[in-house]
Amino acid sequence: MKKLIFALFMASAAPLVAQTEVAGTAGGGDAAASSPATAEDDGGLTGSVSDEKAWQDLGIAIPGFSTDADRGTAASAGGTAALGKEVARVITADLRNNGLFLPVGPDALPQPTYPDITAPAWQTWAGRNADMLVQGYVNAAPNGTLTIGCYLYDVQLQSELVRGGWTLQPADWRRGAHKCADLVYSRLSGESPFFDSKIAYIAETGPKDNRTKQLAIMDSDGANHRFITTGQATALTPRYSPDYQSIVYLSYLNGNPRIYIYDIAAATQKLVTQSENPTFAPRWSPDGKSILYSMAVNGNTDIYRVSANGGPSTRLTDTPGIDVGGSYSPDGTKIVFESDRSGSQQVYVMNADGTNQRRISFFGGRAATPEWSPRGDQIAFTHMVGNFRIATMNPDGRGLTYLTNSWQDEAPTWAPNGRIVQFFRTERNSGKTSLWQLDLTGRNLRRLRTPVDASDPAWGPVLP
Amino acid sequence: MNRSLATAALVAAALSMSACQSKAPETLPPQPASPTAPAQSAGPEPGSYAHFKSVLGERDVIYFDTDRFNIDSQDAAALQAQAQWLMQYAGTRATIEGHCDERGTRDYNLALGERRANSAKNYLVSLGVPAERISTISYGKERPVALGSNEGSWARNRRAVTITVN
Repeated sequence: MKKLIFALFMASAAPLVAQTEVAGTAGGGDAAASSPATAEDDGGLTGSVSDEKAWQDLGIAIPGFSTDADRGTAASAGGTAALGKEVARVITADLRNNGLFLPVGPDALPQPTYPDITAPAWQTWAGRNADMLVQGYVNAAPNGTLTIGCYLYDVQLQSELVRGGWTLQPADWRRGAHKCADLVYSRLSGESPFFDSKIAYIAETGPKDNRTKQLAIMDSDGANHRFITTGQATALTPRYSPDYQSIVYLSYLNGNPRIYIYDIAAATQKLVTQSENPTFAPRWSPDGKSILYSMAVNGNTDIYRVSANGGPSTRLTDTPGIDVGGSYSPDGTKIVFESDRSGSQQVYVMNADGTNQRRISFFGGRAATPEWSPRGDQIAFTHMVGNFRIATMNPDGRGLTYLTNSWQDEAPTWAPNGRIVQFFRTERNSGKTSLWQLDLTGRNLRRLRTPVDASDPAWGPVLP
Repeated sequence: MNRSLATAALVAAALSMSACQSKAPETLPPQPASPTAPAQSAGPEPGSYAHFKSVLGERDVIYFDTDRFNIDSQDAAALQAQAQWLMQYAGTRATIEGHCDERGTRDYNLALGERRANSAKNYLVSLGVPAERISTISYGKERPVALGSNEGSWARNRRAVTITVN
């Protein structure tokens, strides 16, 4: 524990070190080549995790989860015993890719028995230099539902730190693994959970001058990937609703750019607002009840708010020029947005009703795509001085911190716990795009594997 | 109304003549006189998009500086030629596509592309083309024509393209 606290302190005290480190990693290009991913990896995240020892000192043993009786389950061809091992692999991948810990997965560890779960074989784990131990079980009920139990032990202290359990449909078994990883991560780091969440993004294929762009979704680790649209109409800039029921995004359906709300369960979509004019850059309010969007009228773009159920729109900005985007503070009282009213793209803050608009970015270059952290303490944005870099600042515009240094990194969005920033990177000339994640400290830059090229990533909240 | 329209057309014609004096004449060679010959054998049907392209040549596209949407003298010459054609074929409609280079953020580029398309539209309207015959659409940075990541390619992608339908 003491080591971990030290590691966290180092992280917040050394942003400059982090910056240099990321610059080096970013220049290296292909993360897959330097990936530490092993057979344990299920093909989701890969990482170029830094070799700073302080970050990986906390050894966590995660042996295969046990079962009260090896029963068949729709979740795995091998029954609940095989599924238990798979659950432990998912937890291991989550914790490893986060970069905070040094997890060891089930393929390199002895398998505990079912009674061991609540009475760990301490000598076994102490002998393997494990600081922490994550054990659990996967039981199948006669009706098919799964119960996944998760226990975190401190091996040195020989004591239980926390436990949790979840009853799930077989198809949702990975959520049990993510919930367990969240439990361990939260208990050991003191941060809010984020693994049990999903990401919406745009999948890209085809040549640079004729890209096909499809709306797609996946779990936070890249699993359960699904294309939502066919790609016949160009899709851009998706955002998950806070309740995960729908996605708001831009589509060129019927030829013109308009924003739609796509209902995931019903697989239907509707226009957010009937308009003769192009609408784009949609964003949810934190309570999911309203949507911010931008609309161009006679070439002049302003920001509007409309109820998610439709109805009249309220215009929030009215300056000549381009006011675009917009992201609510987590309490819903303020909006950070982008405007070129001063002559170039800069970041502004206003009250949620549009009053008290004021510029906050004053550090040269252009500042765009601001996104308010779910914790409220930071704003992530794209800073352009020639190249595009991901950066953060305080809501008052102070404390500019660069997180990346590459040719073109764009459009940061936040993990639900506000500790990780996600963005997309465009490769010079080829135009190929990919999704990346990075700790707020500037460490642990890693590529999120996707089946094809990918852009415009947006994280949803942690599932209830 | 009639008079101002006629004046605008005259001015447009005069401007386009002065701007294009070193180039080929605007009008095509006369159609073959035979009344039975199908139009196809004599090049694109007048008023069609193919005809617009053949008359306008490269002047169906205008180009912009980084982050700008103003009409410079070269743009004005091209738009005058477009306006002349559009007023000659009153049954046609035009769509102006606004585009940006890849060195801008996605949402901003959608707005900037719309602004560029509107600049072109407003200029055509000022020359007498009825506003209701012209629509605009922004593709932001989604539809580049030049594929390199260099100044030359970016300059070719910052553009407004006029497409006509009969």
